[in-house]
Amino acid sequence: MSKVKFSKSRKSAHLSPPPFFKGEGQGGGGQIPVDNLSSPHLASPLSRGEGSRWRGARKIKNPLIAKRKAAPLLARRKRRENRFRFYGILAIAFAFGFLGILLCNIISSGYSAFAETRIRLPITFSAGMTEDYFGAVRESLKNHFPEVHGKPELFRLYALISRDAEMQLKDMLAANPGLLGKTEEVWLKASSDADMYFKGRITKNTAEAYRKLSDHQLDWLEFLASEKRMKKTFNSTFFSAGDSREPERAGILSSMAGSLLTILCCMLTAFPLGVMTAVYLEEFAAKNWITAILEVNINNLAAVPSIIFGLLGLAVYIGFFGLPRSSSLVGGLTLALLILPIIVIATRNSLRSIPPSIKDAAIALGASKMQSVLHHSIPLAMPGIITGTILGIARAMGETAPLLMIGMVAFIADVPRNILSPATALPVQIFLWSDSPEAGFAERTSAAIMMLILFLAIINGAAIFLRKKFEVKWS
Amino acid sequence: MFSPHHKSHFEKLLHILLIFSTGISILITVSIIASVLFEALKFFKLVPLADFLFGFKWSPQIALTADQGGSSGAFGAVPVFLGTLLITTIALIVAVPAGLFSAIYISEYASSRMRGIIKPALEILAGIPSVVYGYFAAVAFAPFLKHMGERIGIPIAAESAFAAGFVMGIMIIPFIMSLSDDVMNAVPASLRAASLGLGATHSETVVKVVIPAALPGIMGAVLLAISRGLGETMIVVMAAGLTANLTLNPFSSVTTVTAQMVTLLTGDQEFGSSKTLAAFALGLSLFLTTLALNVIALMIVKKYREQYE
Amino acid sequence: MTVMSETRMQAKNLNLFYGTKQALFDINMDIERNKVTAMIGPSGCGKSSFLRCLNRMNDTILNCVVKGQVLLDGYDIYAKAVDPVLLRAKIGMVFQKPNPFPKSIYDNVAYGPRIHGLTRNKGELDGVVKDSLKKAGLWREVKDRLKDSGTSLSGGQQQRLCIARAIAVNPEVILMDEPCSALDPIATAIIEELIGNLKANYTIVIVTHSMQQAARISERTAFFHLGKLLEYGDTRDIFNRPKHEKTEGYINGRFG
Repeated sequence: MSKVKFSKSRKSAHLSPPPFFKGEGQGGGGQIPVDNLSSPHLASPLSRGEGSRWRGARKIKNPLIAKRKAAPLLARRKRRENRFRFYGILAIAFAFGFLGILLCNIISSGYSAFAETRIRLPITFSAGMTEDYFGAVRESLKNHFPEVHGKPELFRLYALISRDAEMQLKDMLAANPGLLGKTEEVWLKASSDADMYFKGRITKNTAEAYRKLSDHQLDWLEFLASEKRMKKTFNSTFFSAGDSREPERAGILSSMAGSLLTILCCMLTAFPLGVMTAVYLEEFAAKNWITAILEVNINNLAAVPSIIFGLLGLAVYIGFFGLPRSSSLVGGLTLALLILPIIVIATRNSLRSIPPSIKDAAIALGASKMQSVLHHSIPLAMPGIITGTILGIARAMGETAPLLMIGMVAFIADVPRNILSPATALPVQIFLWSDSPEAGFAERTSAAIMMLILFLAIINGAAIFLRKKFEVKWS
Repeated sequence: MFSPHHKSHFEKLLHILLIFSTGISILITVSIIASVLFEALKFFKLVPLADFLFGFKWSPQIALTADQGGSSGAFGAVPVFLGTLLITTIALIVAVPAGLFSAIYISEYASSRMRGIIKPALEILAGIPSVVYGYFAAVAFAPFLKHMGERIGIPIAAESAFAAGFVMGIMIIPFIMSLSDDVMNAVPASLRAASLGLGATHSETVVKVVIPAALPGIMGAVLLAISRGLGETMIVVMAAGLTANLTLNPFSSVTTVTAQMVTLLTGDQEFGSSKTLAAFALGLSLFLTTLALNVIALMIVKKYREQYE
Repeated sequence: MTVMSETRMQAKNLNLFYGTKQALFDINMDIERNKVTAMIGPSGCGKSSFLRCLNRMNDTILNCVVKGQVLLDGYDIYAKAVDPVLLRAKIGMVFQKPNPFPKSIYDNVAYGPRIHGLTRNKGELDGVVKDSLKKAGLWREVKDRLKDSGTSLSGGQQQRLCIARAIAVNPEVILMDEPCSALDPIATAIIEELIGNLKANYTIVIVTHSMQQAARISERTAFFHLGKLLEYGDTRDIFNRPKHEKTEGYINGRFG
């Protein structure tokens, strides 16, 4: 978001106390008695002998004290004052209330995604398994539920276990070939629907026609659960897998990798360009109408809607230069344009806050302008520059629209191999998953949002921390 | 010993590098305009500008099947523009009062401790990506609204403009608040002192002295917020509709410029078809409008700042 | 037979704290009706702080605590039942740097009466504005351009506008915090003459860093030093026969 600064100074609403006198503490200085400094000619009201005026005056109503009846205007003004104050509190409560509702909603719908359901079944590791790992699962299920007949019903039975079980069994066998010939109890990953059942999202309360699981399927799952054959474990798939058609096999790894590569490309382009532009404009460029226009230009760039940068990326990087669509390189370059003004503005502000006396000192010692900038200005401005850059990273991390424009909407199951291979980013993944109707994707979308917010919180926290730590007070 | 300092080759190179990178920044603005203009002009060869700006029928899908030219009059962007304005207006109705009053409270009434808590908290609100707001709007808020509407008897679409606009408004609140806060702090304390010294209450001082004095700055903030609202994409893509609908009813489903740009460009069509070109035409309109708003806003704010500094 | 002058305001055992630092120590002072009372002393000695106690402007400063009493016509203005908003209509203030609102001249002067609901219709308000501007000696210069912005006037005119603004709410006391320090000598002279005319109708308390000014325009002078009121009396006496060595030192320019 563009941070256009309107004023540099912060004048408080209240008057600031006058410069405090250099007192030596109480009773300081000389031992001069404090006189009663009423002039002898002046009669102070309490010293007057005769009662008259003042005592009589006490009976007159104090004009400074307003009674409600006597001053309806004042009462109205007071009411207006209170109402006004109330509106302010209401506005703040409204904004934060909504934020609270949003966060609660996301967390309550997403926290369950961090657990996945597993079902324990006895698996026979036969020699012919390598042809069809899932076959062993089918066998096991058939043996466990001998009463199930007919293809449709059997398919429904098999649908309780995730296809991911294939990979699981394959990995087990590869790690431990000695399993061949044995029968082991294996905790297999449940399918997404079974997972939803175990998490209480699918119950018999809904009519069968509106459910993803039939009555029979629910009965089988209930049976397995009663046999203590179902449990929840930590959903490591979420962090170790890329996108998938099935929710229980889907994770954020590929999108996170994509985000990382994209931001890397973005920073490697934007940081040097931004800092150099700012240094040039601030330290070297003559202050004429050209630089004035450039300043206006940069400030305006900061306020251009992000989707426009996506159009630019599409037209120039993909259309003109022919770079691969939806690659992290193009994504990074597109976001770099977005971030550039942020870094330029942050660097310029940082450079401006350095007192000229330091630069003058360097020059007086015989350094060239370039040297004074390189050796003094930039290092001193570095904390501000870094903080601005980190905030730029945070902004880039949350951007979705430009990446949609350059094509990062594809289904990306694998971690991108390099910056030229198709990729996606975490916010885009959230967008894509939000369209899927499965309940499993709904909870994963919320979980992905939680992760995104977490990363942003860390990044912003780092920026605030650095800002506080390296804040130099130029006295 | 006192020979003039010769700029070393390294320094000369560095100097050139600096100028070069500055040049790139200019190049960006120029290339945005150029590339968007270029593609948009291609579009206007197919569809006349007047049809685009003043036409009332927007259905790009039909245009593609009818003929590649697209001159079947299905690229009239008025419903799209109207939808954008409708949603942005709703957003501003939510954001401006809330943002302004929050700013007034924290800059005039809150203790510095409260201020120290509220300001960073609002930065957090501002840092939440729009895709999150969009998800919340689509999955929780819009259905809730529809449900409420059913209870009261008002038909509310599942993807109502009101839902998208309301959530967009919430997203803009911190933006307006921080800008207004800066603007009001720029009003000198001496004016406040004068008002209080005459016996005005705090609220009277704010309403009759501070805000009138800060008005240009606040106007600038509102213009920037409008610009922000016009260009917002994710919330409307996820929570507002995708079919053009010419209406002012906030409870119906409308589409916006940005939502259309996304739908037109994220399908499977090759680059250069009239659909993708239409997206560029929309993009050009958006860019020019927000550019105008931003330039005016920044000009107003600059003049306002000069008054007090 | 001496004329008994009346006390308009009185400070009794007034102590002022900014947080834990004490700024004013046990001030006792009577301010007389329809006289100009000047407060002099080296910078930072507390005179402005004291002035702000008189109309409770210190209430707007955080962590500012006032102990003691300030009486207006015998009533403690720090009493719980007193509303500072009404008080400040009775005790007006003119500040060091002229601070007219960025509104028209008319609206500047009309601001106070409008807020306090002092007039019933536009005609009355026009009358109040004209009257205040006349009393502030500004009417002739601005009567044709009441709609112009208050900030378009010169420094001296702006300060007179602020005085008119303060007068418009019909105060009884006018406090002035170094009103001429930001003005050139000619504007200063005009304001000093104005003060001389105003005291017929108002009680004036003025903080000044210029002893010559105090000597020119005030009847009573108070000398503050390091938060204490060291000497207070008739201006002539203070300047010709100072009782206190510090007073004497200050007057003779030995410290400032």
